[in-house]
Amino acid sequence: MKVGVVTFPGTLDDRDAARAVGAAGASAISLWHGDADLKGVDAVVLPGGFSYGDYLRCGAISRFAPVMEKIIDAANGGMPVLGICNGFQVLCEAHLLPGALTRNHALHFLCRDQKLTIENTSTAWTSSFSQGQEIVIPLKNGEGSFQCDDQTLSALESEGRIVARYLGEDPNGSRNLIAGITNERGNVVGLMPHPEHAINVLTGPSADGLGFFTSVLKAMVK
Amino acid sequence: MALDTVASAKSNPDISQPFAELGLKPDEYARIKEILGRRPTSSELAMYSVMWSEHCSYKSSKVHLKQFGDKAVKTDALLVGIGENAGVVDVGQGYAVTFKIESHNHPSFVEPYQGAATGVGGIVRDILTMGARPIAVMDPLRFGPADAPDTRRVLPGIIAGVGGYGNCLGLPNIGGEVVFDETYLGNPLVNALCIGVMKHSDIKLAKAAGAGNLVVLYGAKTGGDGIGGVSVLASETFESTGPAKRPAVQVGDPFVEKVLIECSLEIFAEDLVVGIQDLGGAGLSCATSELASGGSGGMKVELDRVPLRDATLSPEEILMSESQERMCAIVEPSKINRFLEICKKWDVTVTVIGEVTDGDRLEITWHGDLIVDVPPRTVAHEGPVYNRPLAKPDYVDRVNAEVITVKLPESAEEIKAAVLKLAAAPNLADKSWVTDQYDRYVQGNTIQSQPDDSGMVRIDEKTHLGVAVATDANANWSYLNPYEGAKLALAEAARNIATAGAKPLAVTNCLNFGSPEDPGVMWQFAESVRGLADGCLEMGLPVTGGNVSFYNQTGSVAILPTPVIGVLGVIDDVRTRTPMSFDRAGLELYLLGETQNDIAGSEWAYLHGQRGGKAPIADLKREMRLIDLLVTGNKEKLFVAAHDLSQGGLSATLTEMVLRHGIGAEVTLENVGQTLISESPGRVVVAIDPAKSNALKDLAAKENIVMTKIGNTGGDSLIVNGAKIALSELRKAHTETFPKLFG
Repeated sequence: MKVGVVTFPGTLDDRDAARAVGAAGASAISLWHGDADLKGVDAVVLPGGFSYGDYLRCGAISRFAPVMEKIIDAANGGMPVLGICNGFQVLCEAHLLPGALTRNHALHFLCRDQKLTIENTSTAWTSSFSQGQEIVIPLKNGEGSFQCDDQTLSALESEGRIVARYLGEDPNGSRNLIAGITNERGNVVGLMPHPEHAINVLTGPSADGLGFFTSVLKAMVK
Repeated sequence: MALDTVASAKSNPDISQPFAELGLKPDEYARIKEILGRRPTSSELAMYSVMWSEHCSYKSSKVHLKQFGDKAVKTDALLVGIGENAGVVDVGQGYAVTFKIESHNHPSFVEPYQGAATGVGGIVRDILTMGARPIAVMDPLRFGPADAPDTRRVLPGIIAGVGGYGNCLGLPNIGGEVVFDETYLGNPLVNALCIGVMKHSDIKLAKAAGAGNLVVLYGAKTGGDGIGGVSVLASETFESTGPAKRPAVQVGDPFVEKVLIECSLEIFAEDLVVGIQDLGGAGLSCATSELASGGSGGMKVELDRVPLRDATLSPEEILMSESQERMCAIVEPSKINRFLEICKKWDVTVTVIGEVTDGDRLEITWHGDLIVDVPPRTVAHEGPVYNRPLAKPDYVDRVNAEVITVKLPESAEEIKAAVLKLAAAPNLADKSWVTDQYDRYVQGNTIQSQPDDSGMVRIDEKTHLGVAVATDANANWSYLNPYEGAKLALAEAARNIATAGAKPLAVTNCLNFGSPEDPGVMWQFAESVRGLADGCLEMGLPVTGGNVSFYNQTGSVAILPTPVIGVLGVIDDVRTRTPMSFDRAGLELYLLGETQNDIAGSEWAYLHGQRGGKAPIADLKREMRLIDLLVTGNKEKLFVAAHDLSQGGLSATLTEMVLRHGIGAEVTLENVGQTLISESPGRVVVAIDPAKSNALKDLAAKENIVMTKIGNTGGDSLIVNGAKIALSELRKAHTETFPKLFG
């Protein structure tokens, strides 16, 4: 099983994502932003960071990267794609997911161990969890406030496309405390918190994040 | 103004030059003329003025810093010592670690966000320049009173700047300090520390060797920002047609630096450079003169090839610009194509600007005209040296004679009030409001970060080898006794490493003081350096480098003498570290070390407006025995938790321990007021399984460390001699201070 991990020039969590992929039992394949080549991978992770500096809207330039053309096509064909933090922002800009991520309501960067509930266990990236399971993984971003119009929000809610929701104090002002969503097909997931930083208790707050990566292995075996 | 060339300097020797405006003294200007045998050109004058500034030349501190060499510890661990961009230490398994602190105090007061951001950027480039991958940053910060209006302007900007830059580079922030004191109002201290790791064979040095090798400038384009960052530039003196006054504070672009890091590491991995230097203070003046001095001395540079953001910049301005995110490399001609390829991959601007020659002069041309022709060592290393007058200030004996009269808590009611007051004091309160703005997880190797005693990162995922770093300063003690203050800060930083089980290995420092032209400040500085050098020698820890920041004063009021000491330690297996707190009930709590009547300089005295008395006298032999006890105890798995005592004494330590995992404790203390409040050095609280108590007793006896059982863990309160404080109440006091002040 090969999982591609994309590196834009300003990507920061690519090595962490590759480590998590390895810990789940798959092999991580490095994908370069400038190459329109997915190197035969079965799934793709878009890790956190600042893609091209993100001085414009986060992810606004990345969606035009050569590697993204291939990822958009593959995602539309059903390939599992997980966007974490900046990756989530890129997926929204690429219109693979609805909505947008705006500045945290407190207007500064926030890094903390975040409690979430998993609300949809039928996506490619969440089948290892149980419905309603509470997990703790790091949240770290400056622009993590999920926003969308009312119609999109009610569609996301009614179609069960909220993948994860923040528990406890609202960290960033996201609508309906949304931490992660999926597309209609369930293969593309965007998540603001960082599961790749929670694969063991030595370096993370828990090992809860590993479930996202073991899930995609199961999805690919199917 | 016409271009001032070497030829015109010879033909027109007597023009008046603005050396005073550039910060040079008349005798310094005379010495430049003597070195060159003529007046300097305006470009040469620009170079000498920035390189001979206090910041770059260490002209007031050099005679004192010499002690770090004279009293050097004999050690094989030091792979690269003082003088290079950063010292390098052997941590075993073929790994070398480099670490250094620098100050960015003045810019951060003028423009908090950019000042702090570029402070992080600068120290990260120093570490990168050694050939290392930067793996973590820390930031000791000091501000005016927490409730002062200007602190509300300065603090949020500095925190956002440290975070904004470091987060974007992908460097975990693993610790630091936030301290408040009146004397920092108008002089906030922004010190930034970076740690980097490499293999021994990958160490790079700043030297330009090999005639015919190319001088390559890569990274950001050069702009007008930062001119005068280290010196004073009267811009009207130079190009009168150019844009007028430019900001003296550099403006950072962390994305460019992130790309520069990855690009440089790829270049290093293919062994494509002979020497390398980052462009920091004094920009190209510094990089070219230092690289040339590091080799045989000969170098030719075509300054007009430097890519510019602002085409109107004059040669003098290009030489002085402190635009960020630039590096200068010496590359063999056979390797230049691959070098250019890697820069292209990362979209990094790269330009060959000159070559190494077999001569001994640094020659710089501007569109073919020779504008600089100097022996580079005279610019980089042979600046003026001052033996400034020093005199013990009058205040010392006066404040040392003061008797501390502050009342210590006795009754249960007073004990509870004191614990809550200390827990909520800005200097001791929970710093999450600050540290939550920093990414501590990126790179996936962070084992410990604030509020732990030290920051710890894993450097090998297979062997679990790791390093720990702590920074400390106790300016209250340094004010009372700068010699002891420096030693005590060293001991505290080393202890903070050892509580986790790591073995202290090397020292760096950032010495923040007032004006060196004040003999009293100079005395504080000299005493601090003497104390640190003596302390390092006694503890067997080499000083790997450091930084001096003078002129931190407003009018005649200087900051408290603030020598920030960083200690690096190594731990063989990060999985076995001793945590700072306990996660279960039923453990025994012991206080290691003796408590004396050390209320002078304490947080309790400060909160009651008293800052006189005598500082404790450091007993470094005892500190070393305590460190041995902590490291051995860790190896023998004696401890469930260990936490240092420092500011706020036992009260602060117990507060932090019980709140970490929400497990309470009940302690009974003799002479409760003093035991709870005193800040006697050399003390640690450990939590152990009752079954290990005999083993701990034996170890403490062997190391001759006094050990006192103070209580047990458990419950949902902290109970001190019957005074019961619910954890919820304690947590509220500890955590609401920062959001209330800055939220």
